[in-house]
Amino acid sequence: MTPFVYARADSLGDTIAAGAAPDSAFLAGGTELLNWLRLGITEPTRIIDISRLDGLDQVEALPGGGLTIGALMHLNDVALHALVVRDYPVLSQAILNAASPQLRNLATIGGNLLQKTRCAYFRAEEQLPCNKRQLGSGCSALHGINDNHAIFGWTEDCVATQPSDPAVALAALDAVIVTAHRSGGRRIPAAEFHLLPDTRPEADNVLQQGELITAIELPAPAPRSAYLKVRERESYEYAIVSAAAVLEMDGQTIRRAALALGSVALRPWRLSAAEEQLAGAEIGDREALSTAIEQSFAQARPLSQNAYKIELAKTAALRAIEKAARMSS
Amino acid sequence: MNFHDRHLLRLRVNGEDHSLSDLDPRVTLLDLLRERLHLTGTKKGCNFGECGACTVHLDGRRVNACMILAVSCEGREVTTIEGLADGDALHPVQQAFIDHDGFQCGFCTPGQVMSAAALIEEGHTGSDAEIREWMSGNLCRCSAYPQIVEAVRAAAGRASQ
Amino acid sequence: MMISQPVARPDGGVKVTGRARYAADYFAPDLLYAVLVTAPVPAGRVTSIMVDDALAEKGVVRVLTHEDMPKFGRFASPRAEPDTQMQQAEGPPAAQSFMPMQGDEIRHEGQPLAIVLGETLEAAEAGARHVALRFEFAEPELPAPPEWTAIDKAAVVPRESGFLFLEPTFTKGDVDRGLSDAAAMVEAVYLQPSRHHNAMEPSATLAEWNDGELTLHDATQHVYGVRQVLAARLNVPAGKVRVISRHTGGGFGGKGWIWPHQVLAAAAARIMQRPVRLALSRANAYSCLGYQPRMAQKIVLAADRSGKLTAVQQDVVNLTTVSDDFVEFATEASKGLYATPAMRLSQRVERANVAMPTALRAPVEGPGTWALESAIDELAHRLGIDPLDLRLINHADTDPATGQPWSSKKLREAYEEGARLFGWRERPRKPQRDGDWLIGYGMATCSMGCFRHPTPAAEVRLHRDGRVLIRTGTQDIGTGTLTIFPQIAADVLGLPMEKIELEMGDTELPEAGPTYGSSSTMGVGAAVLAAAEDARSQLARLANLLPDEVEMHDGHIRRRGAAGGQTIADVMSHTDIGEIIGSGSFDPAQHGNGLAMRTFGAIFMEVGVDPGLGLLRLRRAVGSYSAGRIVNPRTARSQMTGGIIWGWGMAAMEQSRHEPVLGRFLSKNLSGVAIPVNADIPGDIIIHFVDEVDEHASPIGGKGIGELGATGVAAAVANAVFDATGKRIRELPITPEKLL
Ligand SMILES: Cc1cc2nc3c(=O)[nH]c(=O)nc-3n(C[C@H](O)[C@H](O)[C@H](O)COP(=O)(O)OP(=O)(O)OC[C@H]3O[C@@H](n4cnc5c(N)ncnc54)[C@H](O)[C@@H]3O)c2cc1C
Ligand code: SF4
Ligand code: FES
Ligand code: FES
Repeated sequence: MTPFVYARADSLGDTIAAGAAPDSAFLAGGTELLNWLRLGITEPTRIIDISRLDGLDQVEALPGGGLTIGALMHLNDVALHALVVRDYPVLSQAILNAASPQLRNLATIGGNLLQKTRCAYFRAEEQLPCNKRQLGSGCSALHGINDNHAIFGWTEDCVATQPSDPAVALAALDAVIVTAHRSGGRRIPAAEFHLLPDTRPEADNVLQQGELITAIELPAPAPRSAYLKVRERESYEYAIVSAAAVLEMDGQTIRRAALALGSVALRPWRLSAAEEQLAGAEIGDREALSTAIEQSFAQARPLSQNAYKIELAKTAALRAIEKAARMSS
Repeated sequence: MNFHDRHLLRLRVNGEDHSLSDLDPRVTLLDLLRERLHLTGTKKGCNFGECGACTVHLDGRRVNACMILAVSCEGREVTTIEGLADGDALHPVQQAFIDHDGFQCGFCTPGQVMSAAALIEEGHTGSDAEIREWMSGNLCRCSAYPQIVEAVRAAAGRASQ
Repeated sequence: MMISQPVARPDGGVKVTGRARYAADYFAPDLLYAVLVTAPVPAGRVTSIMVDDALAEKGVVRVLTHEDMPKFGRFASPRAEPDTQMQQAEGPPAAQSFMPMQGDEIRHEGQPLAIVLGETLEAAEAGARHVALRFEFAEPELPAPPEWTAIDKAAVVPRESGFLFLEPTFTKGDVDRGLSDAAAMVEAVYLQPSRHHNAMEPSATLAEWNDGELTLHDATQHVYGVRQVLAARLNVPAGKVRVISRHTGGGFGGKGWIWPHQVLAAAAARIMQRPVRLALSRANAYSCLGYQPRMAQKIVLAADRSGKLTAVQQDVVNLTTVSDDFVEFATEASKGLYATPAMRLSQRVERANVAMPTALRAPVEGPGTWALESAIDELAHRLGIDPLDLRLINHADTDPATGQPWSSKKLREAYEEGARLFGWRERPRKPQRDGDWLIGYGMATCSMGCFRHPTPAAEVRLHRDGRVLIRTGTQDIGTGTLTIFPQIAADVLGLPMEKIELEMGDTELPEAGPTYGSSSTMGVGAAVLAAAEDARSQLARLANLLPDEVEMHDGHIRRRGAAGGQTIADVMSHTDIGEIIGSGSFDPAQHGNGLAMRTFGAIFMEVGVDPGLGLLRLRRAVGSYSAGRIVNPRTARSQMTGGIIWGWGMAAMEQSRHEPVLGRFLSKNLSGVAIPVNADIPGDIIIHFVDEVDEHASPIGGKGIGELGATGVAAAVANAVFDATGKRIRELPITPEKLL
């Protein structure tokens, strides 16, 4: 690691003031940041340890229904919180499928959304041609090994995917990411938080320097929701494809569906066209569900080695819907 | 906010208070334990959070010591494999690993044992499948996995299912 | 009797408390931390190494480059014979002939180019990031695309560079006739990727010089090998090199031979006149150490209507580095498994600018059984014969290649007992489902050749108070030797396990060879047995008893069959000897001449395949083995389950992918390279050993088991996948895109 100075933050005001200085970075759980420092992915000169900021590590019920989750809550604490387990199983499952028990004791939910791609070229111990490491150096994956890369929303500048599991659940839940910044805070819809590579391939998300995530707000409970993660080993591995489904049902009929796919693009990918067609479908009618899902794949574009992910993603979406329907409300 | 490139760190390790002056903030908890305190029971298998060999308890929770800046542990309590036994009396998990042959080369073992001890506290011993999942943050290349599950089950005082 | 008892490991205490020390756990006063700077390109020349920025880093003491390094000496192969190609060759225990940092040439990505030395690890690591390199690029030889035609075209006949342990071709009988006579034939190509050992302990070396003498704490499977190679490379007498390795954190072959980093650490310490610790990073472990090379195998099996093989043809090509021809002899499986009148086998290599491959747990037969046991399954389906029956039909009663009788073989029993434990004969023949999962059953034969390294020695010291110290210069890599050797001595000396101590992993101890090739129980175990018997004989003489007629029991020595006897203390109190030193060794040349030696077994597996999601999961397995006497069923079970899981990793996920443009391994970390986790492995793995004693292989009656369990598994999995889905997968690993 390149040398840096360190300070522990104890007030929100000081934190966002100090964070605004270029070259400073927040440290929450550290499970991403430390690896970036070791690989030279980022080289901040000032580290602001936000892990002990007060008041950002609780779950609270919102007055009109819904929950607010403090950004510094550890992943395990979010996933195992009684209200999350009961009302937002998709989020609980997504988290428990992420990383490892030890990492989830360190990693925060806010930091999780800020993780960068796991593209092997990007994560290499040497700096390889990669626009996300160094803009203009090219994309090694485009014509290289890309079997686990994007099928949606990629450009020739970058074909990577966003690996966060919780982000997929949050996108399907229409969660809101609440931030604080020296120039005022924002409320950002989860599905719009991450950036596709079309304009600034080096950027991952919409946050500005020094903008702090304080909370994640979940709307009304979604007890009929589920997460499905596909990976070659059973645990402690990133997804090849994942799917989050949130359903409202009348008996066996879907009233409303929200679907998001993970690890298929640089942001969680909402299947809006499919969602529209799913309204009114019978849960037992696999063909109708599949036809609906198909709608959203018109825009899918495979790379040289990952056409299989398209089929896989369709099945994952279907299975996630069926799994969600089995969750009791 | 006061930024420094050298820090005073006070923390408790295995019940003993330590005060380290002039600490480089780049030092991880893992390297602090191993290289400064010479507590080498905690292992470095990857240094990237990918193997679990460095598992210790921080304020009672199991975590990967390679993913923590030591300086951020100010005032905290760390337990390592060296501090798990009660004097000469092995922790039940340690004994169970011996009884069930839960290791071969032993390199991953401190991490496995620390993970297992925490897992039992967490209550994730409802079934063998649950133990397997909650022990999956610790790689074992000797692949003692079935015996590790047996050891955890036994230490948790649960009969085979 | 301690032998055959499931005795708990005496090393448990130190291993569960963190007191067991591995190479990187040692310190020395004034220690310097070393971090490697490695080549980011696979071929070319480094034209300048700029170290100023690195030296500006606080705590960085020095950056060593090839200009600072001494000229390393040549290591002459112990196999060298005058007037042969071998004379020029190096070979084991040196892992490769090419030594980095001897010039500006780059032969593979990840090759060490500089060593940054710091007062702290943080300083050395930061310094290494700031060493700036300039290159002259050269067009690298890159691995051919992974398909037979490309690989076949790139393949050449291997030259002897120290790693050509056998002839590269083998023929027997009339293959063409066997092919034309056949009623059924299978011709197929089986592929497998390069795979790393990924031992949990990355290799580490602490080197310290004192008055021209070198002490090394090292992560190795062969302390004497390290001494031999370092002495040659550094031009010092072997007697001045001491190598200590009390515990090694997994080897699997990756620490079997001696790699350049061990030499570099010692050279750096000599230059700096300070102790140096070089602990490889996980990324270093992918390019500074070996791996099992990518392989392609083309097999033709021909059989008559009854299923009897009429010919076997196999062409194997493995990847190797440009400097040495490492040959992975997968054809050994075909030479040893099935009776056939005709065989035509060939081994070739494909050279490229890649790191040097090496042996990896279950070499040779591991890859060999992947191809052969898949092909046998294909043949069984073509003939409409049960895969187990086809194997029984072709059972080799003598060694197929040489016709020699077996030292012992109970494979028929292993098949039968395994099949019974698994329920093979009763398995459902119609496609089975469990929700979204298709269920399949598959089996394969397991087999490993027996490596018996020459003449390991051991010493057994019997103290007058009845304590015993076993001393032998082999090393603990977790296989169970720390348990088994005391068991062996305990039986001879009639003492409980608690009385017996064992010291290993030090060149101050009697030389005992490497810990690989599943050889330790046979070889070193036999040496311990001989040493214990020698100690007992000496005690017998002191007690005025005939050595051949005594037995020891409960701390007493007596004539066999007699009651009571004299205590050890009593016997020794009549003398002024404080301790008896028994010594023993094992010379394989004296045992089993003219006999073929192998271990055998059968693996039966049940897998689930979710064809919608491309998932493959293990549901249960039975391994049934014929491997001679099992000294400790408890540690043996761990070895076998460990082997099966190793094989599962090979089948289902493991691969170190060669990046086709950059000429590097795509990922050099454990999140980019999958190895099995606990959740992958069901509890339902049954291990069974056939009751057997092989007196010819070694006086212990046992043979090696450490690798046997890992053979056959990949084929059994692919065969089960075929059973479940009707899809024949011929390329490992069996990942989702192949199953959709
Ligand atoms: C081996 C391994 C496997 C993993 N597997 C998975 C997986 O399967 N699925 C998955 O989803 N994740 C996985 N992860 C990623 C892990 O979940 C994230 O690293 C973690 O959630 C990040 O949170 P953190 O608090 O540790 O972030 P940090 O490392 O502390 O911070 C990461 C970044 O976010 C910034 N930051 C943190 N908190 C805030 C905040 N409140 N406001 C503004 N900026 C902030 C920091 O400045 C930094 O730039 C894995 C990680 C590892 C190491
Ligand atoms: S896909 Fe994106 S992250 Fe990967 S190499 Fe290309 S630019 Fe870099
Ligand atoms: S060393 Fe910390 S997880 Fe591997
Ligand atoms: S015991 Fe060797 S890695 Fe687990």
